[in-house]
Amino acid sequence: MTAIPDAISETPRRTASRPTVLILAAKEIREGIRNRWVLATTLLLAALALTLALLGSAPTGTVGASRLDVITVSLASLTIFLVPLIALLLSHDAIAGEAERGTLLLLLAYPVSRRAVVLGKFVGQLAILSTATIVGYGAAALAVGWNLGAAAWIAFAAMVGASVLLGAVFLALGLLASTLVRQRSTAGGIAIGLWLLFVLIYDMAFLGLLVASGGHSLPASLIDTLLALNPTDAYRLLTLGAGGAGGLTGIDALADHTALTPPILIAVLLAWTAAPLALAALVFARREL
Amino acid sequence: MTETISLHGVTKRYGQIVAVRDLDLTLREGEVVALVGHNGAGKTTQIKMMLGLARPTSGTVRLFGADPAGDGFANRAAVGYLPESVSFHLALTGRETLAFYARLKGFDARSLDPAFAAVGLEGAADRPVGGYSKGMRQRLGLAQALLGAPRVLILDEPTSGLDPALRRDFYSIVAARAAAGATVLLASHALTELEGRADRVVIVDRGVKIADGSLDELRRIARLPVNVRLRPSGEFARKGWRSLGDGSFETSVDPDAKLPLLARLLSDPADVADLSISEPTLDDLYAHFLRREAA
Repeated sequence: MTAIPDAISETPRRTASRPTVLILAAKEIREGIRNRWVLATTLLLAALALTLALLGSAPTGTVGASRLDVITVSLASLTIFLVPLIALLLSHDAIAGEAERGTLLLLLAYPVSRRAVVLGKFVGQLAILSTATIVGYGAAALAVGWNLGAAAWIAFAAMVGASVLLGAVFLALGLLASTLVRQRSTAGGIAIGLWLLFVLIYDMAFLGLLVASGGHSLPASLIDTLLALNPTDAYRLLTLGAGGAGGLTGIDALADHTALTPPILIAVLLAWTAAPLALAALVFARREL
Repeated sequence: MTETISLHGVTKRYGQIVAVRDLDLTLREGEVVALVGHNGAGKTTQIKMMLGLARPTSGTVRLFGADPAGDGFANRAAVGYLPESVSFHLALTGRETLAFYARLKGFDARSLDPAFAAVGLEGAADRPVGGYSKGMRQRLGLAQALLGAPRVLILDEPTSGLDPALRRDFYSIVAARAAAGATVLLASHALTELEGRADRVVIVDRGVKIADGSLDELRRIARLPVNVRLRPSGEFARKGWRSLGDGSFETSVDPDAKLPLLARLLSDPADVADLSISEPTLDDLYAHFLRREAA
């Protein structure tokens, strides 16, 4: 350590400072690239998507026009299980992990607001997840063929967009879990619980309710409310209920009766993202270190 | 001198535990202040309140005249902080890490070579932090604290993990910053190290400030005896002296009696082969104030 007074007292030039949220997001992305998260999730999604695409295109034979639709439906089903899981794995560590590793104390001693920390983590992780989804699913779609018609591509793009939105919901939920507890392991437990609840348990209970009621006595508004209360159901209705995909899944039977139009469903998913994020920022702002 | 940090009547409770009790403390420009106390004495809690990371239960905390947990939040850009056992993301390189912190403070992240040179990390800047030794991580921590010539430097156990040669360089950096007008707060257990480096010593015990002043002032208050060691060259009236076996003798006197004793001993320099005086060390003072508090 050679103490050069000049070097120490020299003030680095101030720059037109980038917004703090972007600085934090950029670091999140860099860490994601460095610890192979980006690579691993992209490869996982691409591998599963390709498998589904190749298997899924076999039975339709030469009826090429609907091949991309089949893939869109298969990938949407894949998304419901996988994207929330990846999102929760990414985000549950965001705050609790930094607190546990001891890097949070130093970060918050900098002139950054707690809200910017929450938002920066979210933006960075959303960028990672979107890249993985778009590249992974895009690769699968291209493998099947690129000349499948504009309508099918639009439906595919809408599905990918909705998948990213579903990922955003679970990133926000995971971030909230990460701010609520002190330990990473607790946050991880909450994340798994959230996944089980929204992806498996809720739908089973919902199905049970429909069966028990004989499918007739439940008012449509109650069904709509119950669907909107689970982001994965909102996603399902949004991607599988619309367009050419609907006929393939039978979900259009449900979609015919619901008042939940695509704009409403998108609004529902956005609200499911914004509310946990706002709550996470609020909880984190009050937290003492 | 201008105040940079002040705490007035600050109490901080965590549930039943009182981490800091009714503390008044003012730090000024150009001062090197040592904050001394056991683990759990409330040093880190005080630092967290100065940085706005924790809010006092009662009392006021001011950083450059504003509440660091409220309006004064942007004032943290002028503060350098080195936490105890600093850690970084292990997969990023030293340069990426420092660039991130520089950007957060609004500085150019491209001209960081001088910052690495100042802490002796030139060769390691582009290696992942995961491969750094503990001392190198501490130096990287110091580099981020020194970014942008901060007006307040808060260093929690800064020399842990640094080897002796690096410690000396570390204190010369601290002295340079203080000479440039910065307030430097050193929280430490390494008392002997702080001797001669800190203008002021603040001793805390179980959340209460029990002493605050320059080392000389604290010595005056404590009135600890001074040790005088003497090797006579001829006959010696050994009454009141302990023999150390190697022909030299030792005694303790009150600070007031020190000069008269020396005058008497040296009245005939031919009688004295060697003479040494040791003033109470910071360690002795610390132990004294803690004993006084316990009594």
